[in-house]
Amino acid sequence: MIKGMVDYICDPENAGKRRAIFYVILVVVFASDFIASRHHIAFAWDAIPGWSAFYGFVSCVAIIAVFKFLGSVWLLKKEDYYD
Amino acid sequence: MELFTKPSAVETFYEVVMIDWFHPSILFIAGAFLIPFLKGNVRKAYLVLIPAFAMIAVFSAGEGTYGAHSFLGHEIIFGKVDKLSLVFSYVFTLMAFIGMVYSLHVDDPGQHMAAFLYVGSSLGVVFAGDYFTLFVFWEIMAFASAYLVFARRERRSIDAGFRYLLVHVFGGVCLLGGIILHYADTGSILFGPIEHDGSMGFYLIMIGFILNAAVPPLHAWLPDAYPEATVTGAVFMSAFTTKTAVYVLVRAFAGTEMLMWLGVVMTVYGVGYAMLQNDFRRLLAYHIVSQVGYMVTGIGLGSELALNGSVSHAFTHILYKGLLFMGAGSVIYMTGKRKLSDLGGLYKTMPLTMILYMIAGFSISAFPFFSGFVSKSMIVAAANHDHKAIVSLLLVLASSGTFLSTTLKLPYHMFFGHDSGIRAKEPPLNMLIGMGIAAFLCIAIGVFPGPLYSVLPYPVDFEPYTGDHITGSLGILMFTALGFFMLLKYLHPKNLISLDTDWSYRMGSRVFMRIAKGPVGVYEGFITEVSNTIVLPVIYSLAGIGLWIDRNIVDRFVNSVAAFVLSISASVRRIQTGFLQHYALGMVVGIMVIIIIYSLMGGG
Repeated sequence: MIKGMVDYICDPENAGKRRAIFYVILVVVFASDFIASRHHIAFAWDAIPGWSAFYGFVSCVAIIAVFKFLGSVWLLKKEDYYD
Repeated sequence: MELFTKPSAVETFYEVVMIDWFHPSILFIAGAFLIPFLKGNVRKAYLVLIPAFAMIAVFSAGEGTYGAHSFLGHEIIFGKVDKLSLVFSYVFTLMAFIGMVYSLHVDDPGQHMAAFLYVGSSLGVVFAGDYFTLFVFWEIMAFASAYLVFARRERRSIDAGFRYLLVHVFGGVCLLGGIILHYADTGSILFGPIEHDGSMGFYLIMIGFILNAAVPPLHAWLPDAYPEATVTGAVFMSAFTTKTAVYVLVRAFAGTEMLMWLGVVMTVYGVGYAMLQNDFRRLLAYHIVSQVGYMVTGIGLGSELALNGSVSHAFTHILYKGLLFMGAGSVIYMTGKRKLSDLGGLYKTMPLTMILYMIAGFSISAFPFFSGFVSKSMIVAAANHDHKAIVSLLLVLASSGTFLSTTLKLPYHMFFGHDSGIRAKEPPLNMLIGMGIAAFLCIAIGVFPGPLYSVLPYPVDFEPYTGDHITGSLGILMFTALGFFMLLKYLHPKNLISLDTDWSYRMGSRVFMRIAKGPVGVYEGFITEVSNTIVLPVIYSLAGIGLWIDRNIVDRFVNSVAAFVLSISASVRRIQTGFLQHYALGMVVGIMVIIIIYSLMGGG
């Protein structure tokens, strides 16, 4: 049963459906941040609806960009580097 | 001077073992030596019964101080039991049980013994009431865990194991130096909060502790050694060393501002380096650095909310990180591959392993209703509460990075992505059960955080499930996923390794060896020559005279003394085995002897 579910969800033929569901989730998450009541506003940006979506996306891109750059110019070496 | 004054050793043993409280370390450490004599199913039953008994012992333990006695004029305490030590002992025994179930199929008594000694000494540290006890267990931990790296019995593992051991012996020496200075300053070896006086002793103890917590730049031993350990050994290692360090830091260094900044650096450093990894257990190892960073940040913040956050995050972290290493280990065990670039498409034949891994992934990423959500958020809330804007922003940035590589990148390349054609089966049942227990707890803690909150060291006034917290977390996570899928084509794993601070001693040792073979080698040759031509003949002739006197003058009593000396010199000769671990062990034993002599002179 579990295998059947996993096979169905992961089937490459269903890639379109997966993508559609993912976009719906993004919209719902983004929209729900506008109606959630704010309990803890420690910093100014906490009051901005959709801040976390923006910050999450920027963080992800920043981490990839910065460390891919550091890796390519400095940190990454061939596997036999220490041999 | 009597070594043991009141109460007598027998009474103390009776008190510790039999009546008030059963020290769980005794079960593991004494129990380890029975393992080689057991076979088959009896051994399997034994391996899970001992952690089960230990769980009963700690879950039924009451607070108090047990097993205190005077040793060489100092009070040493084996059992300081309070809320802080109890909560760590709960999760340690729990994880020992899970890890043992996961490793039941392993037919290598040495590994099981090492795991038992490792767990037992971690518990010994957690209940240690004084620095002497703490230090002894601290060193047993280092040696027992190193065996779990050696036990893989491959060239790379043995090299990594030696590096691991040397770094930990260095940390142990720093800790010992700090303890001695601390004792010289305060006259006490009791373990507790240290005065933040900025003295040498303060910093040496801190270096000893943060080395085990894998704080950069003293962290490189962790991602160096953990991926080289055995499949089951890495599961134990992921749980105990860094978390005992978190425990001692909470106990002694709460509110040290420097730790707050070091912790923040750790969180970002770990996720950044994880992005560069192809060996997937090394990727997970860098996420230990990152997650322990949250705990260290909480310790640096030092408020009750922050310390509760650090302790609860250690609790949930042990379970989900164990599960991540169990999932990754299952893939190694079934496919023989350790690099993401060699894998792909495993969801077809390992769906259970994938689901269990993903539960751990959602937990470490702090998805609502998974365990990380209820613990990590306390630390971020504590930073917000203290208006530490940069700390708060960087911690949230790091949680985006956590989700990015453990829960998106790693599973994408392992279970989906490019189909490698590998059709590995699910791992053995005991491995699936071990993972199942951990997965169950990850979800149970996430849905019902109450029981976890009730065992934290301070009263909890914190509600994780508020509307804005849920939408805020989901916003971070889902839009991280968006970024991941947009940049996916740049994230293919490559056959490369990354440089880290271990470069200094891996390359530094080569410079050292060159000097050792060059100038030092010439000098050594000269010394040997002098010794052979001058010193040895003198010693031989002296020995000859001694022998003559011995034979002709001295009575049989002295004869036996000579025999004794000969036997010692024979064993001294045998000590020079050329094995590094023997020398390291010798150093530690020597250090302990020095402590005893020192305390004899100080106490007597």
